[in-house]
Amino acid sequence: MSAFNQIRRNDQPIYLDYQATTPMDPRVLEAMMPYFTHKFGNPHSRSHAYGWEAEEGVEKARGQVAKLIGADDKEVIFTSGATESNNLAIRGVAEFYKDRKNHVVTTVTEHKCVLDTCRHLEQNGFEVTYLPVQKNGLIDLEELRAAITDKTVVVSIMAVNNEIGVIQPLAEIGKICREKKVFFHTDAAQAAGKIPLDVEAMNIDMMSISGHKIYGPKGIGALYVRRKPRVRLVPLIVGGGQERGFRSGTLPTPLCVGLGEAAEICMKEMDAEAVRLKKLQERMLKGLHAKLPEIYVNGDLEQRIPGNLNISFAHVEGESLMMGIKGLSVSSGSACTSASLEPSYVLRALGVEEEMAHTSLRIGLGRFTTEQEVDTAVADLVHHVTKLREMSPLWEMSQEGVDIKSIEWAAH
Amino acid sequence: MAYSDKLIDHYENPRNIGSLDKAADDVGTGLVGAPACGDVMKLQIKVGADGLIEDAKFKTFGCGSAIASSSLVTEWVKGKTIDEAETIKNTDIAKHLALPPVKIHCSVLAEDAIKAAIADYRAKAAKKDEAAE
Repeated sequence: MSAFNQIRRNDQPIYLDYQATTPMDPRVLEAMMPYFTHKFGNPHSRSHAYGWEAEEGVEKARGQVAKLIGADDKEVIFTSGATESNNLAIRGVAEFYKDRKNHVVTTVTEHKCVLDTCRHLEQNGFEVTYLPVQKNGLIDLEELRAAITDKTVVVSIMAVNNEIGVIQPLAEIGKICREKKVFFHTDAAQAAGKIPLDVEAMNIDMMSISGHKIYGPKGIGALYVRRKPRVRLVPLIVGGGQERGFRSGTLPTPLCVGLGEAAEICMKEMDAEAVRLKKLQERMLKGLHAKLPEIYVNGDLEQRIPGNLNISFAHVEGESLMMGIKGLSVSSGSACTSASLEPSYVLRALGVEEEMAHTSLRIGLGRFTTEQEVDTAVADLVHHVTKLREMSPLWEMSQEGVDIKSIEWAAH
Repeated sequence: MAYSDKLIDHYENPRNIGSLDKAADDVGTGLVGAPACGDVMKLQIKVGADGLIEDAKFKTFGCGSAIASSSLVTEWVKGKTIDEAETIKNTDIAKHLALPPVKIHCSVLAEDAIKAAIADYRAKAAKKDEAAE
């Protein structure tokens, strides 16, 4: 896409890590620009035109975000990003209702910021149930139903997984939560703008959104907090009482405007973009399968956003593969843990064996990915996987028919 | 992570990839590491009648540092006696390739691989001697 070529230099690798972050859409930048300079007012200033102008920008953005998820404008509050939104939602609600409730339900494949928030609650006397996931990465609804007790305050289940892109059955989860009268929070950082979301139809009480995952700016996110029936939260940040008192601090007008614009573009283009990405995803998978035996997609392929693939290339270690495919920017898991040598906890939760988890790459496709880029990526992957398999003792053994599990390996 | 030129060269142009006949008396095979840990090295040496290592081959499943470490040691052991080859230290490998701290275990594994190959060769030789007696 020509817009992206203005940003990307030709000598840079092909970007295939859209779950880590996305480039900002030039249309978003354009919308933001005036708010850095002449529309610089404090959106909370009520006494003059500078403030009103900035407030107008912020409120328009709030409406754009609300519309994307079928919410009312007043139910959207701005935060610094999905990490803050997740912290505020889970800690805030747990804290507020702690006299009556002390139990939280989540899943083992959540993003670290949800898991760490839950750990924090555990240290403060809460009980947390970490639901397992099935082989395809999705939760078992009956297990969810069974996990909810009369002490449960909130169920927090991510909409789309950041590593394997699988979509949890949100409407069904929402229905169970409403039936059981517990709040339903969903981390929709990877879902908003990619799949249709409707807080009413899905009975969602709180939803976290990130700006930079939807071609908006970094440093901004939103939390949807339902008003009817009202969800009460103890704020993490106190001060001037902005954002209905849930999140004090002067709003960063340009970032809010950017998030709003990004949300509106996603909403307008979502359907066509999903079709386009699905084609690219299929093209990539078909290209790889045509040339490479023993590759496996991790996570459900149908209940999945089209912009994600997570593939195990059996007998080829992921880090060495990434070192080979220098022209492609991919990752072996989440960006937050890409410095770690441990295999992904998400893949392990699906029951992917450790040795297979070591061979996995996450490939993210997005708004600026082209067919040509996909073809280049396929050729590059095929070349390097083949080369590395030729030097892999495990590949040699498997070709000779040796069962790798029959060997007594010395763990080190 | 920034890797040294030497490491990248060994990763991109690995020396002595392949396999020797593991059943042969003059070949010692070392297989170390574990798939679950993300590193497996197979290192083989072929010892000539003069007691010198005349050939060495490797195959490695592991990160770039593991591949480079094993490639490097196959170069180093060639032309050495097995006693000399046994003195190769992981610190020498790590230093030569400028391995980052999180990758030191790759050099340890490469040292283990030589030792394992030598031990296998010696065990075969001892068996052969026994049979000859």
